[in-house]
Amino acid sequence: MERARPWLLKLVNRESIMSTELVKETSRYEMAFRQARQDPEAGEPSWLQNLRENSFIEFERAGFPDIKQEEWKYTNVTPIAKADFAPVLVSNGTALTKDEGLKRFIYEEVRQSTLVFVNGMLRRDLSSLAALPDGVLVLDLREALRGDEYETTLREYLEHPALANGFAALNTALFTSGLFLKIPRDVNVETPIHLLFMGETRAENPPPAGFPRVLIVAEENSSATIVESYASPVDNAVYLTNAIVDISLADGARLEHYKIQRESMGAFHVATTRAELGPNSSYRTTTINFGAALSRHDIRVQMDHEGAECSVDGLYMVDGSQHTDTHSVIDHRQPHCTSHQLYKGILDGKSRAVFNGKVFVRHGAQQTDARQTNKNLLLSTDARVDTKPQLEIFADDVKCTHGAAVGQIDEDEKFYLESRGINPTLARNMLTYGFAEEVIEKIGIESIRRELDAAVLNRLQIQLQA
Amino acid sequence: MLEIRNLHASVDGNEILKGIDLKVNKGEVHAIMGPNGSGKSTLAKVLAGHPSYEVTAGEVIFDGKNLLEMSPDERAREGVFMAFQYPVEIPGVSNAQFLRLAYNEKQKHLGAEELDPLEFKDLLKEKAKLVEMEASFMSRSVNEGFSGGEKKRNEILQMAVLDPRLSVLDETDSGLDIDALRIVAEGVNKLHDPNKAVILVTHYQRLLNYITPDFVHVLSAGRIVKEGGKELALELEEKGYDWLKAANGKSATVAPQAG
Repeated sequence: MERARPWLLKLVNRESIMSTELVKETSRYEMAFRQARQDPEAGEPSWLQNLRENSFIEFERAGFPDIKQEEWKYTNVTPIAKADFAPVLVSNGTALTKDEGLKRFIYEEVRQSTLVFVNGMLRRDLSSLAALPDGVLVLDLREALRGDEYETTLREYLEHPALANGFAALNTALFTSGLFLKIPRDVNVETPIHLLFMGETRAENPPPAGFPRVLIVAEENSSATIVESYASPVDNAVYLTNAIVDISLADGARLEHYKIQRESMGAFHVATTRAELGPNSSYRTTTINFGAALSRHDIRVQMDHEGAECSVDGLYMVDGSQHTDTHSVIDHRQPHCTSHQLYKGILDGKSRAVFNGKVFVRHGAQQTDARQTNKNLLLSTDARVDTKPQLEIFADDVKCTHGAAVGQIDEDEKFYLESRGINPTLARNMLTYGFAEEVIEKIGIESIRRELDAAVLNRLQIQLQA
Repeated sequence: MLEIRNLHASVDGNEILKGIDLKVNKGEVHAIMGPNGSGKSTLAKVLAGHPSYEVTAGEVIFDGKNLLEMSPDERAREGVFMAFQYPVEIPGVSNAQFLRLAYNEKQKHLGAEELDPLEFKDLLKEKAKLVEMEASFMSRSVNEGFSGGEKKRNEILQMAVLDPRLSVLDETDSGLDIDALRIVAEGVNKLHDPNKAVILVTHYQRLLNYITPDFVHVLSAGRIVKEGGKELALELEEKGYDWLKAANGKSATVAPQAG
């Protein structure tokens, strides 16, 4: 592994290990950034070059978030800051093939509609798009950025400060591939579209960092289902996924969006999902968080137009020393919008979860219907959850509820099962499974549901069918 | 089959059962009646092994074994079944999954064949006819969104699947309309045979119009105060419970938390 170069060594302060680390890490990203800027093949428009420069300056200024910041109070990303992640900015060779390595991550319903990304880079050779109807635009974001055909749209989303933190800035500075997906007006895409993000590591290389960047535009009265999944062929592979997914729904558009985060148990996953809902549009999303050593998901749904509706559900299930953090913001800015949110968590071992859910009902957003629930099940006394539902209402004719609960297995339910001859361990596991089901059973794609069921049962070590 | 001797039990330090003696033989149907708070539901829960109830004295022998030493699931596998007064909802677990798991646990215990989902489906279909339950109930979460009558029918369905030797029905008639009462009672009657026994815990006599008890025991303030045949239930229906209390010189006040 190539570490500090001679010119870097000058900066090393021998008396302070911390600053040594920081200098070295910042520089690794910087080297990658400088190298990418000098690539004559990139052919990027000047606004993008400026955006990248500014983003990188912002990253260097702010660094990675720290726990003194309110939004990161319970999630310490020092392990990410200290790790030797090497940004992946070119499409290298991969050991993954459609038949070997990838097959088990591709759901039955999406065999002919899967886009594969390896460490953030779109791999056309591993993707299959035969089932997509004509007119659906699928472009590597890099290609889309070369011409000026999509400049207005792309610029609007890329320049938008998705989140003011170091991860988002780093993504904007460094992403070199990604996806621009457009569902044209009035088109109903029946086949779910699968975006499969693989984290692939190689023993001889430093742990990689991928920067997936996705923009999904659903035009007027279109509809589609997106499955965004994260996985790794190796169980304990160490890598970083730093992703941003932007979604825009035009008038009357309908999108179902499943995010299945099953990264390797050694991985780090930091991601932002941002959705802007047009008039009378519908956005239904379910996020499943099972994987990664440390994961952070920021999800923001903005309702700037009347008549939009969204459901924002999630399930996190963690064990051992896993840490998962969900920060959600649902912003009602106009009247007659509906948002329903159900997030559930199952924690075992010494795991830790954070749920921070803000719902804003802005001035004038009358007839808002907003519901938010966060329920957590603690299976171990060493597990811990910090939950903070937050409802801020500036309108007076609204229907809003929110609540959070942290609890153990219900003793009456457990006794009921035991009284039917089911042993206490199995009873506890069945109830845990049932707790997860409330979220899983709403998923509209059968093979995903089945796989998640199996994953939950497998973790609980029970055999249960029917 | 079942012998209860001098059973005392308490909940949260309050003694509810104050010395119960009861003997149930194979083939018999016993009714336990009594006013609210007399301890009749407590007796049912103690037999099932509910963790909130502490047995402070006495013993319960079931087929020669000490029932009180067994955990609730062991008791169930040994053949004791309690139909709950308030069946519990289990969100996210389907009735079919739950029943098959319970069935297979018992089969395993007996060294008998376990059934896979398909085989079990056939068995379940057969048993469901007994309580006139539609197939759609099998894929729904256990008791979730069921009406009062559906929940009670589901209890009897579980009884049919698990085929217990001793069934304790805790106020199974409460909250049932006349049709549901008939279905439930007919189910219990069909499941009964000379090798099994039933204990019906009930406040009212009306269930006994459908299921004829061999013996009626009246509980008051944690003790059996009167015993007789099925005609005793009719007498209670006519006179209420107060005359018994008066006859026994007991206080009419009872602990409110006891069922």
